[in-house]
Amino acid sequence: MGNPTGFLEIDKKERNYEDPKDRLKHFKEFIVPLTNEEVSKQGSRCMDCGIPYCHQGCPVNNLIPDWNDLVYKHEWKKALDTLHSTNNFPEFTGRICPAPCEAACTLNLTDNPVSIKTIECSIVDYGWEKGWIKPQLPKKHTDKKVAIIGSGPAGLACAQQLARLGHSVVVYEKNERIGGLLRIGIPDFKMEKTLIDRRMAQMQSEGVQFKTNSEIGNNISTNQIIDNFDAVSVCIGSEVPRNLEVKGRNLKGIHFAMDFLSQQNDMVAGKTISKDILISAKGKKVLVIGGGDTGSDCVGTSNRQGATSVHQLELLPQPPVNENKQLTWPNWPMKLRTSTSHQEGCERQWSILTKSFEGNENGEVTKLICVEVEWKKSEDGSMKMIEVEDSEFEIEADLVLLAMGFVHPIHEGLVNNLSLKLDQRGNVEADEISFKTSSDKVFVAGDCRRGQSLVVWAISEGRKCAERIDNFLKEK
Amino acid sequence: MKKEIFKRIGFPEKKGLYDPSFEKDACGFGFIADINNEPKHEIVHQALDIVHKLDHRGAIGADPLAGDGAGILIQLPDKFFRDYFKSQKISLPELGDYAVGMVFLPNDITRSSIAQKAVEQAISDEGQIFIGWRDVPTDDTVLGKSVINNKPIIKQFFIQRSSKCKDENHFQRKLYVIRKTVHKKIHQSNLLEWEDFYIVSLSTRTIVFKGMVLAPNLSKFYVDFQDTKFETAIALFHQRFSTNTFPSWRLAQPFRYLCHNGEINTVKGNINWMNSRKHSMKSKTLGDDLDKLWPIIENSPSDSSTFDNALELLVMGGYSLPHAMMLMIPEAWKDNDSMDAERKAFYEYYSALIEPWDGPAAMAFTDGKQIAATLDRNGLRPARYIVTDDNLIIMASEVGVLPEIPEEKIVKKWRLQPGKMLLVDLEKNKIISDEDLKDDLKRKHPYGGWLKSNQILLSDVPKEIGPMTPDEKSLLNLQKAFGYTQEDLKFFLEPMIKSGEDPIGSMGRDIPLAALSNKSRLLYDYFFQNFAQVTNPPIDPIREELVMSLVSFIGPRPNLLDLTSGGKQKRLEVDQPILTNTDLERIRRIENHLTGSFKTLTLSICYKKDKNTVDIDSIISSLCSKAEKAVSENDYNILILSDRNVDEDHIALPALLATGAVHHHLIKKGLRTDVGIVVETGEARRVHDICLLAGYGAEAINPYLAFYTLSNIISKSKINVLEDEASKKYIKALNKGMLKVMSKMGISTFQSYCGAQIFDAVGLSSNVVEKFFTGTATRIEGVNLKEIQSETEERHLNAFKNNFEYDNVLNIGGDLSFRLNGENHVWTPETIGMLQHAVRSADYSIFKKYSNKINNQTENFKSLRGLFKFKNINKPIHIDEVEPTSEIVKRFATGAMSLGSISTEAHSTLAIAMNRLGGRSNTGEGGEEPSRFKELPNGDSMKSRIKQVASGRFGVTTEYLVNATDIQIKMAQGAKPGEGGQLPGHKVDKFIAKVRHSTPGVGLISPPPHHDIYSIEDLAQLIFDLKNVNPEARISVKLVSEVGVGTVAAGVSKAHADHVTISGHDGGTGASPLTSVLNAGGPWEIGLSETHQTLVTNGLRGRIAVQVDGGLRTGRDVVIGAILGADEFGFATAALISEGCIMMRKCHLNTCPVGVATQDPELRKNFTGQPDHVVNFFVFIADEVREIMAELGIKKFDDLIGQRKYLDFEVAKNHWKAHNLDLSDVIFEIENNENVSIYNNENQDHSLEKILDHTLIRDSKDALENKKRVNLKYNIFNIDRTVGGMLSGQVALKYGHEGLPKNTINIDFSGNAGQSFGAWLAKGITLNLSGDANDYVGKGLSGGIISIKKNINSKLISDQNIIAGNTLLYGAISGECYINGVVGERFAVRNSGATAIVEGCGDHGAEYMTGGVVVILGQTGRNFAAGMSGGIAYIYDKDDEFIKKCNMAMVEVDILKRANLNDDFNEELIDKNLLDFDEIRLKKIIQNHVKMTSSVKGEDILSNWDKEVSNFKKVMPTEFKRVLTSYKKDNMSKVAGE
Repeated sequence: MGNPTGFLEIDKKERNYEDPKDRLKHFKEFIVPLTNEEVSKQGSRCMDCGIPYCHQGCPVNNLIPDWNDLVYKHEWKKALDTLHSTNNFPEFTGRICPAPCEAACTLNLTDNPVSIKTIECSIVDYGWEKGWIKPQLPKKHTDKKVAIIGSGPAGLACAQQLARLGHSVVVYEKNERIGGLLRIGIPDFKMEKTLIDRRMAQMQSEGVQFKTNSEIGNNISTNQIIDNFDAVSVCIGSEVPRNLEVKGRNLKGIHFAMDFLSQQNDMVAGKTISKDILISAKGKKVLVIGGGDTGSDCVGTSNRQGATSVHQLELLPQPPVNENKQLTWPNWPMKLRTSTSHQEGCERQWSILTKSFEGNENGEVTKLICVEVEWKKSEDGSMKMIEVEDSEFEIEADLVLLAMGFVHPIHEGLVNNLSLKLDQRGNVEADEISFKTSSDKVFVAGDCRRGQSLVVWAISEGRKCAERIDNFLKEK
Repeated sequence: MKKEIFKRIGFPEKKGLYDPSFEKDACGFGFIADINNEPKHEIVHQALDIVHKLDHRGAIGADPLAGDGAGILIQLPDKFFRDYFKSQKISLPELGDYAVGMVFLPNDITRSSIAQKAVEQAISDEGQIFIGWRDVPTDDTVLGKSVINNKPIIKQFFIQRSSKCKDENHFQRKLYVIRKTVHKKIHQSNLLEWEDFYIVSLSTRTIVFKGMVLAPNLSKFYVDFQDTKFETAIALFHQRFSTNTFPSWRLAQPFRYLCHNGEINTVKGNINWMNSRKHSMKSKTLGDDLDKLWPIIENSPSDSSTFDNALELLVMGGYSLPHAMMLMIPEAWKDNDSMDAERKAFYEYYSALIEPWDGPAAMAFTDGKQIAATLDRNGLRPARYIVTDDNLIIMASEVGVLPEIPEEKIVKKWRLQPGKMLLVDLEKNKIISDEDLKDDLKRKHPYGGWLKSNQILLSDVPKEIGPMTPDEKSLLNLQKAFGYTQEDLKFFLEPMIKSGEDPIGSMGRDIPLAALSNKSRLLYDYFFQNFAQVTNPPIDPIREELVMSLVSFIGPRPNLLDLTSGGKQKRLEVDQPILTNTDLERIRRIENHLTGSFKTLTLSICYKKDKNTVDIDSIISSLCSKAEKAVSENDYNILILSDRNVDEDHIALPALLATGAVHHHLIKKGLRTDVGIVVETGEARRVHDICLLAGYGAEAINPYLAFYTLSNIISKSKINVLEDEASKKYIKALNKGMLKVMSKMGISTFQSYCGAQIFDAVGLSSNVVEKFFTGTATRIEGVNLKEIQSETEERHLNAFKNNFEYDNVLNIGGDLSFRLNGENHVWTPETIGMLQHAVRSADYSIFKKYSNKINNQTENFKSLRGLFKFKNINKPIHIDEVEPTSEIVKRFATGAMSLGSISTEAHSTLAIAMNRLGGRSNTGEGGEEPSRFKELPNGDSMKSRIKQVASGRFGVTTEYLVNATDIQIKMAQGAKPGEGGQLPGHKVDKFIAKVRHSTPGVGLISPPPHHDIYSIEDLAQLIFDLKNVNPEARISVKLVSEVGVGTVAAGVSKAHADHVTISGHDGGTGASPLTSVLNAGGPWEIGLSETHQTLVTNGLRGRIAVQVDGGLRTGRDVVIGAILGADEFGFATAALISEGCIMMRKCHLNTCPVGVATQDPELRKNFTGQPDHVVNFFVFIADEVREIMAELGIKKFDDLIGQRKYLDFEVAKNHWKAHNLDLSDVIFEIENNENVSIYNNENQDHSLEKILDHTLIRDSKDALENKKRVNLKYNIFNIDRTVGGMLSGQVALKYGHEGLPKNTINIDFSGNAGQSFGAWLAKGITLNLSGDANDYVGKGLSGGIISIKKNINSKLISDQNIIAGNTLLYGAISGECYINGVVGERFAVRNSGATAIVEGCGDHGAEYMTGGVVVILGQTGRNFAAGMSGGIAYIYDKDDEFIKKCNMAMVEVDILKRANLNDDFNEELIDKNLLDFDEIRLKKIIQNHVKMTSSVKGEDILSNWDKEVSNFKKVMPTEFKRVLTSYKKDNMSKVAGE
């Protein structure tokens, strides 16, 4: 470790953001990065803990203290190599990961964690800038073929790893473009899509073939895949959204968040959406149901589209502003989190249950009927929700976005065709060590296995699954 | 009724982990001789009388009458034998023409007659004349019950010299052959065991009487001793203290030539080297007889008897006795500036012939014509002697052993000095001084000339060009192929080239043993370094550098028994064994230089991986035969074992495996000394790796890949050093590290270390060990060649396969710092988080999650105990029936962590918690502020019940000791056994300095050894000292697990410790070299189990409590500990974590962010620990223990201890490596009859009833109770030990450290004081001794005054005669000491505040001193002021010689500043301001000295003061002076500011 007392001498510093006023005018990323010199100083704050708690938080086993130190020493290239040794796509995680590592950082004991995410992002951005990031061709090719179904972060990571091991890899994507949720779900203002394109270029050079508009079980038969490949990795994500089945759900103006977000991403990519299906927040009173990241993305997108007001409801109670470190650290704490989208303007309410929607004569939604709820611990220790008596109230809304999460992968088609065994939640069953499904030579990784989760988990699963597939192919 | 505990005499067989080969011993010894060589009957009785007086240096085991053995070696009592044979009507030949053999025979006639016939046959085979047998009468009533049944039949046989023998010497050699051949015949054909048949001595001059008797009974046992015709002019005597109770009859000392007090640490290597000379050794004097003598070394577990065998060979081969001794135990000559060139040449010449037998040794030896004694270079054993005016010389471990000799008859009192020899020539009737003796020998041959013609230094060989560092990608592949990790670079290589030191880290090892790891581990990781504890001392390689040497010889050794043709055979020498890449080329191409004296063959240790390679066994065999052929047929005399050929298709054998294999193969073929082994390897990089290669036979090592890596590091990073400089720093760091590893074991020279195999193998199968690392201990079985091969190939593959994970970077490693994809750790973010959340929220369910996570190791083994499972042989009981939690927690203690290493908040929180629980907390080394001894208003107490006494003795006052319920002597620490410590100046703040009685800002050094424990009998003495000061406290000894620890623990139990701690190697530390953290010591499971088994085997278990610590974390750990034999349990890391430690491993940097291990006031504010958290932790642990007990159906904890039946081990069937492990020896149940307790339920007998202090206390009643002054007078003898200690304890109990007013208790003694006179003497007590004193006078002096003056009748000149022994004032806190004579080695060692004056001192005076003032009115020894960080020494240096003897590393020497009469001073200022007032201070001390001791020399100096004052030198530590000066300035500016 270069500077054992850095944390005592240097103050924490994060990337800046463009002013909300300005950034609301566009859909581009609005981060103002730190200079390399500043990043290097931030790197020196890392204490190189004997037990780096940041590891507790990082699903891809990022060697955080190691690259922190290398950045401190201005060994950027080596930092990049070290970063890439555990993470295929640090520029994705450096932008959209909630950074559990920072919550687990030892310096977070005093609320001053190392700016890990900023450092990670700086390393990889600088690496691209300097042209250091090159394809890593396998030393030898094998005669094994692997199909990857789905091109989200899990599929991409899995594909890249297997290609580097010398296998022939084909990625099948049902949509028009590669990237899965990264491409269609994450707004550009959080992550611009060119980042995915250059990784695709790298991967193609490494031997990965991409096939878009190819939905297995639909326009390509499942058997064709099973017969032609030595192994298959199912990385289809968790696409079935959780619905809110209350009175008035069928009114116009109530949409699933993903339908809303993907349209915007398509538009940024230059696609024109026909008016009859366009979901626009412009001039509307927007109401987002669901307090998670997707909800937050809806808030940011609505504001950029020109909503007159944005309101966000959450069923769970408002978490505390400050967690009790003594009892939470180094775990991910329940605490109030305010995203950049929230900062751009939004009213948030907690402990609210939507009872019904009401609409106008055109069948368009106009308001929600809500009730306040209380959460109490029941005898078996689980939390039970109780409606507060006489707390009913209304909220006006002419666009309602349902962002209450996803329940499981789509079963129709591939999953059913292969008769993959599902777990209780409807996800494809496979344990975290073997990643092996109930079907011969079929593996699974990412959200379709573990349920909806973070991009960083998807990358992690993709990598681990690749390793299992490689072993499987070796033993064959 | 006690049944027979022991079935047979001698050693029980190896069973479980108990192995008789771990026996250790120490003792009282000496000789008495009439220099006129007139045989007298009286000498025998005087000798026996002395042995009796040294009784306390021996030991008694479970059987009160069975001592550990005693004996004497005397000249043949010719008159007595002649008389005997006259009565048999046989006339004996002239003295010199007949020999007497003393023999132990089996006690049944049939077997005994086999032996007798064999003896007679051997005599006639060698052409000598058998005279007859004589039964040796014995009085068996003095034998112990455990001994008597199997007492051997003791007989003597007599041989007449045949006329074919031309003289007595020739006859002696024949006797040697007779003895060797008859032993060989009987033992090799398995007719009788060594214990059944043993020729004690066979000589024309000397005879040995010895046996398993208590020393006082020896004279009764051998009835012959009573006969007045039984006469001798000399007697060598010995009283043994063995670490356990199975010393056999034959292992009693003396042996045939010598008796030994000490231990040969390198004996394994010495034996190997001796055996490997079979091919190269030829002798003129022995001729063809030499072939009959192999093996030279008898099969014996005793290093001393082994030494005796080797010495005998040298003597029989033509060396004189003292000459032979000088070869085997050379004095430190290498960097000795005061040694003349000829003597140096002598030693240097012989250093190539034979490696030193290294280890602490005081040896007395004789051939009947000369009697002599010598001390090894470190001089760690006491040996005092007196000479009388009628030419009697008596040398013994102590002075005053024959008090009846009138003082006025004594003409000389002196001591053996380090490396020196004392020789009495009985033919010339005079004492020959060390100087004369060695002058004579060094001139016998032109050693300097011989050296000139044959000595080649590698640096003299023409320089060669070394290979260039390869490109980055190839380098990376090489690094990967040899398993380099990022940690190798980050924690090892980079710090090494920056600092030139072996890198430091903190906290302990919590990764699995290599054999349990899922990762591919290097073979080095399977070996753990051994270290010295109790039975011999480690060395301080920094402060006592003068005894250390790294010189190595590469290549063939000259014939050991060639006495005359020296200088013919060339010898290649390096001053340290690490070869740079260019050095290696020099050796590789050496044949073209030096007229072909050397011929080097490079043997590749790489093999081609193809389908035909089934296993590497055959590859190794072929390597060995290539090596053999190269030496025996092709005359190569240097072999380079090289893995440079490694590439995609060629895999390197582990270098250690190849080295061990070739080394042992060549030993077995008797070829090893014909050739040198050099290892050229990319694999070795750390200190531990290098040590292992050397320990298994490599004479030099070239870690070429490490050098490449260094060059790459420099070219890429901004480390501002040149490549050449980096290599030098790296070599320096390796050298320093190696010295430390060697010195940990008490080994001084690389030559002795090379091949000495000072390691335990853990997790290697015995097949592998027996074949390639022959003689190394391995206890639990483990991996075979197959697994070693697959680990090796896995690493190789990692470099040359498609690899997504680490293509551009090295594997992360994760051994030291946790990494998710690195090595497994026990402590992870998850386990620490859960434990802290559990104890903070008092939520047992979270604790259970934590403990399940740690206990359940089925997938990832992390410790040996992970392989155990409980056996439910009883019906489960309800938990309410189990002993309550409140009882179980009393067995718990927190580990020793000092107030310097952790913050006062962290320290006192632990103390409060443990006191609330009724458990124990431990001060650690570094004292405790007295305010904590009082209870807090809320009823809490911050007093640590366990007070630790470590080698630095910081803050160990009488008051500290009496405020303990347990006093723990720290012999070793799990994380760094065998090492000292250092608290850097910046950590010594005002508070720490106050508690440690030192100066703020000045660094403090804890020496590696306790300077009052060099052996087991010394430990017994310290235990006795502490028990005297605080008779209520349990005295505990802390040991670290290693092979043989059980034997040491048995010795500790016999030394009357009440308690012993066995620590695992995984314990934590505040700072330690990483080499030690990772690679020294062993797992507690093995050490504890061996301890329990050995104690039970010896019947010693009941009287000692056994505690285990080192990585205990859960209730399951506790239960397993109990079943393996622990009564009590220590927790350090887990307790620290409970109060907030997060295992930053930054303790050594003072940057602990949670305020635990830091003294930074800002960071300490972050400390959030509460006593309740710690209480919760221990309650949870106890709760979990109770759950398991309930399941096992056990109500009382006592019923768990040592009950192996509840434990089974699960063979890790599915683990690729661990499936080989076999823990059955660990859970082996020692057969045991019901009378031997297997848990602690008895008390030790400390024999405190008879001590003199009871009288002193009785007579001082008025002073103790009413502070009234008392004056007392007594006689004193050497058996009166620790006089004043118990009295001082009484004073401190009542009056604290402040004590009584000066001189309240004033006592005059006359006679000879035993050891530890005035130890921990409290303020208010003055002891005045007229006579001599032994070792440790004024140890821990806490304010008292001691004066020693020579006996009133003595005519000796006081500055030329010794009056008190070694290690005076060790750890003295304050007080005064006046000594009217010369004292031994290490005077005032680690003195922190006493004022003392002596008239001369031995080597290492004022060592590690941190405060106080000492005056030496005469000569000092060498290495004065080594490690001295505080205080002042004034040296009377009339001849201006002092500067040569002073170790200038930390001090400056000045002439004395004269007083300025205008100075404004008072008494207080003189004491406080050490920067000024030198003259006044010195004069006052000398005046007091004269007043107290009537010193003539003092008086002379005072009477001529103005002139004499210029003869004084002042020694002051530089850092100390700087700090004091800055204080002074601060104070002055403060005054000015006011």
